[in-house]
Amino acid sequence: MVLFDLAEFQARKGRDGYRWAGEAWFGGDVDRLLIKTEGEGAFGEPIEDLEIQALYSRAISPFWNAHVGLRHDIVPNPSRTYAVLGVEGIAPYWFHLTGQMFLSDKGDIRARLEGSYDERITQRLIFQPRAELNFSAQDMPVIGVGSGLTDFELGARLRYEIRRELAPYVGVEWSRKAGDTARLSRLAGEDPDAVSFVAGVRVWF
Amino acid sequence: MAEVSGEQIALSIGHASLRVGGRDGHAIGINGATPGPVIRLKEGQKVRLAVNNTLKEETSIHWHGLLVPFQMDGVPGVSFPGIKAGQTFVYEFPVRQSGTYWYHSHSGMQEAMGMYGAIVIDPAAPDPIAYDREHVIMLADWSFMHPHTQLRKLKAQPGYFNLQKQTLSGLLAGKDQSASERRMWAGMRMDPTDISDVTGATYHFMVNGHDSAANWTGLFAPGERVRLRIINAAAMTNFNVRIPGLAMTVVAADGQNVQPVETDEFQIGIAETYDVIVVPRADEAYGFIAEAIDRSGQVRATLAPRLGMVAPIPAIRERPLLSMQDMGMGDMAAPGADASATDHAAMGHAMPGMDHGSMKMRDPAVAPQVKMGPGVATLSPMPMDRTGERPTGLEKVDHRVLTYRDLKALPPNADKRTPSREIDIHLTANMERYMWSFDGVKFSENTEPIAFRHMERVRVNLINDTMMPHPIHLHGHFFELVTGNPGHHPLKHTVNVLPGGKVSFDLTADELGDWAFHCHMLLHMMSGMFRVVTVRHEEDAA
Repeated sequence: MVLFDLAEFQARKGRDGYRWAGEAWFGGDVDRLLIKTEGEGAFGEPIEDLEIQALYSRAISPFWNAHVGLRHDIVPNPSRTYAVLGVEGIAPYWFHLTGQMFLSDKGDIRARLEGSYDERITQRLIFQPRAELNFSAQDMPVIGVGSGLTDFELGARLRYEIRRELAPYVGVEWSRKAGDTARLSRLAGEDPDAVSFVAGVRVWF
Repeated sequence: MAEVSGEQIALSIGHASLRVGGRDGHAIGINGATPGPVIRLKEGQKVRLAVNNTLKEETSIHWHGLLVPFQMDGVPGVSFPGIKAGQTFVYEFPVRQSGTYWYHSHSGMQEAMGMYGAIVIDPAAPDPIAYDREHVIMLADWSFMHPHTQLRKLKAQPGYFNLQKQTLSGLLAGKDQSASERRMWAGMRMDPTDISDVTGATYHFMVNGHDSAANWTGLFAPGERVRLRIINAAAMTNFNVRIPGLAMTVVAADGQNVQPVETDEFQIGIAETYDVIVVPRADEAYGFIAEAIDRSGQVRATLAPRLGMVAPIPAIRERPLLSMQDMGMGDMAAPGADASATDHAAMGHAMPGMDHGSMKMRDPAVAPQVKMGPGVATLSPMPMDRTGERPTGLEKVDHRVLTYRDLKALPPNADKRTPSREIDIHLTANMERYMWSFDGVKFSENTEPIAFRHMERVRVNLINDTMMPHPIHLHGHFFELVTGNPGHHPLKHTVNVLPGGKVSFDLTADELGDWAFHCHMLLHMMSGMFRVVTVRHEEDAA
């Protein structure tokens, strides 16, 4: 199965941007090869983030999968490769959660938490709040990352399932860099804080 | 539907087309049509059925409910190797019984693509059921989406075909569960609208290959006793059946005669058959209504004195919601429901598990034999005998509804022995992953057969740990459904086990060989809710 959970245009102050987050899996009920990719950037500029993960995923309980594998960041430069350990699943009250730990080839430790929830307004109209938090155990100034909470995103998207597999959406997303990461961002002449109006399509097949 | 009879019958399996919902579909048919011909036999005769496979893939025919030597039962990999492309297999067996049965492919997904037909066997002795006229009524579901694709969609998104979920707008309009109930169910990650997997969102429902518009019509003369031989040949749909304005007298279940019992509506599980007598007295049309139990669709056929007449089609009724009882919470959920003594044994395990005001829904102590893993989301803490209860969605309708407890075998049960042992079989699932199994183990995981000694008498308890009804079918045998009418327990080949419920049957293992035992929801069977049952002489048993 191939799913693009996010594939969107982002309108914001300054240059407009784009973002995607997708995954594909192959295998059975319990053991799967899981490929994840995400990335973002602004039009007219070099791509900002481009990440690919290749993971072995295993169902460890009725609602949770654990996974191990590799993450490779093609961008930002210099690229980094990380070992990945994570869990993904459905928490009580139908929250979809993912937590991942990353250990880079330079010995850096990072982590990511993601969560989302589907509120069904009608059979086809779905409101989805989502949040993502990224952490780093150390400063990684070469790629503009400071230690602690590095950045977070809060978003809300409203999608309409024309078919289950095809759902255009609109929404808003607030992304903000935090702590030393925000300081590094300012030093680079960037705004660590951005609100985007987004429009995209969620698609799977 | 065409009819074939005699001692030599030729059946040809091949591609066929089917017109439904104004479109042509590609079906797999028998003798060029779906449904295939009605096979009409007489008790005591011998029959040779030569089945020729013109497909480019393997096929098979299983005679559902017929007592045949196991090599003739038609399950590839269990009773025979299957019928390869271009080959002919000759089934040959004596006809040892009478009644309404059916036949269908047991290969891949062919059954869902139209490969089924009816079997009617006239009794050797005079029929105890008097009737002037009869009609075969074969219920089925049809989708233009290939069943393999359906399965893939369900693995990706288990609610794919459910367009009747609870919504926020429904809550604001005061529909369905209250906010606090919704919170409680969400806390358990359970969906009370998860009644059918594949629904009217993709299915067209049919009677004898006709949708409501095509309106299959059975004729009668007013005042006649009309016998309807109703067969549920659907792949994934249990139906509620009624004929507004006409009472139905149930005279047989799964081909076996029962003491006549009058009702207004019954639920027919997949693969079950019911024979009913109706006596339409007015010179008018009556609608025969078969409604999918999740109320995502229905089909209308007509009984009429003349062709071209129609009766009004009733509006489809409101989609039901599952209840705490469907979670196997027994009488904790519904004060006043009658709990049998054995159910209280389970309570000792369940009671300490109370949390958040509800019972623990996955306590391995209640089912030590179940292999716990990602494929088992819940275990019924207090499974109840629900054979006396109205089935899902018919709890509150304001007319008579048949329950299994209403069925009493017409002749007394032949084997009066008390079972010498008892076995439990858990029906297990994880709906979120669309995994289905018995005892937490899928058939593909190298399961051991369920072994019986020849002529052994065993009580089998089917415990439904899921929130969906499962029509469980044992090949080659009739079992006595334990319904509290000892000596007259109805004989069945298929029993629909209600969600969170328990069904017991007594089996005399009198047919030697290897037999299939499975859930008759095709995608559940294909996903692993399947076992082989062996019946061996004691000296041969492992």
